[in-house]
Amino acid sequence: MSALRKGPSLSLKTREAVTGWLFVSPILTGFLIFFIGPLIAVFYYSTTEWNLLSQQSRFVGMANYVDALSRNETFWDVLINSLVFAAGLVPLNMALALGLALALSKSRPGAVFFRTVFFAPVITSAVAWAIIWTFLLQHESGAVNQGLSLFGIDGPNWLHEPDWAMVSVIVTRVLKTVGLNMILYIAALQSIPRDYAEAARLEGASGWEIFRRVTWPLLAPTTLVIMVITVVGSLKVFDHIYLMTGGGPQNGTMVLAFYIYEQGFKFFNTGYAAALAVVLFGLILMLTIAQMVLKASRK
Amino acid sequence: MNYRTQQKITRICWIVGLCALAVPFVFPFLWMLSGALKGQADVFASSSLIPVKVHWSNFTEVFAYQPFARQYFNSLYIAIVVTIATLLISSMAGYALARLRFGGSAFILLVLISALMMPEEVTIIPNFFLMKELGLMNTHMPLILLPLFGSQGVMATFLMRQYFLALPSELEEAGRMDGLSRFGVYFKIALPLSKPALSAVGIITFLFSWNLFLEPLVFVNDIELFTLPLALANFTDTYGLPLWHLQLAATALAVIPMLIVYILAQRQIVESFAMSGVKG
Repeated sequence: MSALRKGPSLSLKTREAVTGWLFVSPILTGFLIFFIGPLIAVFYYSTTEWNLLSQQSRFVGMANYVDALSRNETFWDVLINSLVFAAGLVPLNMALALGLALALSKSRPGAVFFRTVFFAPVITSAVAWAIIWTFLLQHESGAVNQGLSLFGIDGPNWLHEPDWAMVSVIVTRVLKTVGLNMILYIAALQSIPRDYAEAARLEGASGWEIFRRVTWPLLAPTTLVIMVITVVGSLKVFDHIYLMTGGGPQNGTMVLAFYIYEQGFKFFNTGYAAALAVVLFGLILMLTIAQMVLKASRK
Repeated sequence: MNYRTQQKITRICWIVGLCALAVPFVFPFLWMLSGALKGQADVFASSSLIPVKVHWSNFTEVFAYQPFARQYFNSLYIAIVVTIATLLISSMAGYALARLRFGGSAFILLVLISALMMPEEVTIIPNFFLMKELGLMNTHMPLILLPLFGSQGVMATFLMRQYFLALPSELEEAGRMDGLSRFGVYFKIALPLSKPALSAVGIITFLFSWNLFLEPLVFVNDIELFTLPLALANFTDTYGLPLWHLQLAATALAVIPMLIVYILAQRQIVESFAMSGVKG
């Protein structure tokens, strides 16, 4: 470095450019090899079919996509399941997170305790959380149904009936992740100046009116970020499905990320799995672009 | 009813409501703990949280059933390596993107940001073949390289950049006047000033790596090389006989130390997550 500084041939500007490239080169190199390269490769793989015996791939053009869209009914089930999962999880997660944040954003006694409680599953690995809930949701001997029976309710076989299995994975996933959204909302609420609400209160606004006309609009940027994070998080859900239902019963909880894994690494349908990955890529790209457009339109 | 009593009643309702809401968050941990101490037959036989007979032996059996200590160590050292490497690489890149002017930096930033949201499932298949080609299958290298250079590493870079942008640059200029090189300024001035950001990125990266599941599942076969999440899932299907009591004991061993650390350092942990969201 000191040699560079003394060298008369290098201008300040060039030196800064060299340093800049040196500083970003480690992450850039790794990123190109382990992210951009594979991202391009997944498009290529999606146009091939693998022969497991000869370990060779054959170009098949759009056949994997045609197969997914027209011949393979599972694909549509999986896509619908993924959307149902997101449609169930996102509103539930965000409403609960906002409610908890409103209740816990002020420093009332007990607020820190409850924040700790609701955030604890975020720290816990999803695998551990899914394992515990698998036990709690057993049909006859599980704690949930035993608890329900105290009220005379005969609980369903949660993880073995298609509709209830979906409800179970959605709810347990919400419990696992809602703490993070709660914290993001609390951080946003605490950055809102108090004067706004007080001014509104002096003018006679009720608590609900203050929330609707002052707090909620000010939370809009945070809500947008949380929504995108949560939708993307719900589209990539894998460990919960793997451990709690394995995609079953009758593909009732088979979602895109899990289906990619199963097709790619269990059935070795590499080309088809790559096509599914491209579909997932497209979904998330659309969400990201939608977020950028929404963000820009606000300014 | 005057305003005071009304407020009091509202507050009691809040607390009762919160306690009820807390049940599905707290009960699983209590149940895990109680299940970990129950005998194989009692896990389901008795619904009571208090075990009929306490089986401390579950915890020793966990280590006999599979190389659990080894697997624990694997998770720990991988998370530490990933965290240190991420802190170094992402803070350097973040510093350059925030402070240095060089052609292409805006483009690099755009490319990196576009990857923030991409889940590992999208690239896992090509990465599988890449690791095979590189001879890294059934090693820990994929579990280190992929978080480091995937969306997690990108997010770390982005967080560091945002922090450096907000840092006043006067101190750095003073350092430059005193003859420090750019690297010297980064290492001796900017890094020490960015401890809050470094600890936030460090905490998030550590937890992310510690809880990683898909990558170990895909890249590691050897039971000696398993990480904790894989090990936990491995107590179920031996000969179709799920060993519930052992699985819960292992889960407790994996979860409780993290919970203790969380409770001790919760302010910092929670703040680091809050920061990641606000800046992301």
